[in-house]
Amino acid sequence: MKRTSKELIVGGIRTDKRLPEQAREIKMKVGNIFSANGSAEVRFGRTVALASVHGPRPLFPRHLQESQTGILRVRYNMAPFSVVDRKPPGPDRRSIELSKVIRLALEPALFLEDYPKATVDGFIEIIQADGSTRVTGINALSLALASAGIPMRDLVAACSIGKVDGTLVVDLNGEEDNNSEADIPFAMMPNKNLVTLLQMDGILTKEELMKLLDMAKKMCKKIYEMQREALLEKYKGEE
Amino acid sequence: MKIREIVLPGDLLGERKGRKLGAGVYEENDKVFSKFLGIPRVSENELSVIPLSGTYLPRFGDRVIGIVESVELSGWFLDINSPYPAFLPLSEGVEEFVDLQRVDLTRFYDIGDVIFCKLSRVTKDKTVQASMRDFESRKLRNGVLIKVTPTKIPRIIGKEGSMITLIKNKTKCEIVTGQNGLIWIRGERKDKAIEAILTVEKESHTIGLTEKIEKMLGE
Repeated sequence: MKRTSKELIVGGIRTDKRLPEQAREIKMKVGNIFSANGSAEVRFGRTVALASVHGPRPLFPRHLQESQTGILRVRYNMAPFSVVDRKPPGPDRRSIELSKVIRLALEPALFLEDYPKATVDGFIEIIQADGSTRVTGINALSLALASAGIPMRDLVAACSIGKVDGTLVVDLNGEEDNNSEADIPFAMMPNKNLVTLLQMDGILTKEELMKLLDMAKKMCKKIYEMQREALLEKYKGEE
Repeated sequence: MKIREIVLPGDLLGERKGRKLGAGVYEENDKVFSKFLGIPRVSENELSVIPLSGTYLPRFGDRVIGIVESVELSGWFLDINSPYPAFLPLSEGVEEFVDLQRVDLTRFYDIGDVIFCKLSRVTKDKTVQASMRDFESRKLRNGVLIKVTPTKIPRIIGKEGSMITLIKNKTKCEIVTGQNGLIWIRGERKDKAIEAILTVEKESHTIGLTEKIEKMLGE
């Protein structure tokens, strides 16, 4: 997507008719991939992420094994048809970096030391991309890990925040993302009140940043409630 | 239908107050939290959570069903439905004296054979040793093997074996349950037995299941 010259926020209303502190419509579903140990699908508006977890399973080649703890491997991948211009398939610099960032955001929540020498593999497929894909992926993978029965300290909830047209906003869509003055992906463990991911791109004053972080925390708690519902829904549904 | 209470990872179970910590929980500042999505067990002297999903972790003394994965010079490696294979040494697997110069070990157990055995050693880094020196251990011939979530095995067995005895009696099948989530079934009406076991697995978090199974098999 190219930079646009049109105004993105007119009279306090964003391009998709949202208020600055309002998220897009969020949908979550747990357990839709049969062959995986755990799986989840999360939608933030038009952004769709599918996550699956395999393992804990034996890790080969052996030199990757850690004798004291298990490891988490994450693969973030965008489908070629997920964006307006076709994305060449396969890993690239961006997806390799995002895989690592997502892994680092989830690792503090896991008790991998319970599975020495083994691996937990997480796969995130972005089916449709419209901004904030990494946080959508983190939300989905966190659900998938919990439903796979991996021991966790807490679920991880994530959202994006930023500054568009001089206004502080929550949950940026693709257009806003490309034209923002600053954007921040943010992830936390809501019960523990611990932040596991904080990246920033652009320019913000200290006061703006602190205000944005407060907004992000509020949003993450809301997302956490939805994650809870989605997980419990899976077991209520089985009559 | 009534459903047992379910907790998620990070949910507070209560203050520890000197109680014992069971499986599936962790402690932070004298407060006890759940590690899993599962069913909480909070009593006067213990706190624990039974996960609703997950892979099997070998524990000392568990009776498991293993499938021979490879034959080594002096023993067998078993796939026990877990990230870690179990090693069955020759001395633990066979009673009689075996002259390794002359005898091929596939004579006793070959690749693909199904064995009911006991885990006699599990080290901290999950090196697992199996043993056949146990009165119930044996090779399982014929029959079918099904896989269920390992954490639901206690529910399938029931209180003092009530559920599994019910299924065995009603279907006249031979059933062996391994604590690693593998179940071996042999008998005429094995389809019925499998159906019953899978129902228990799927609805393990509901109440009044024994009556439902009894009704289901009564037809």
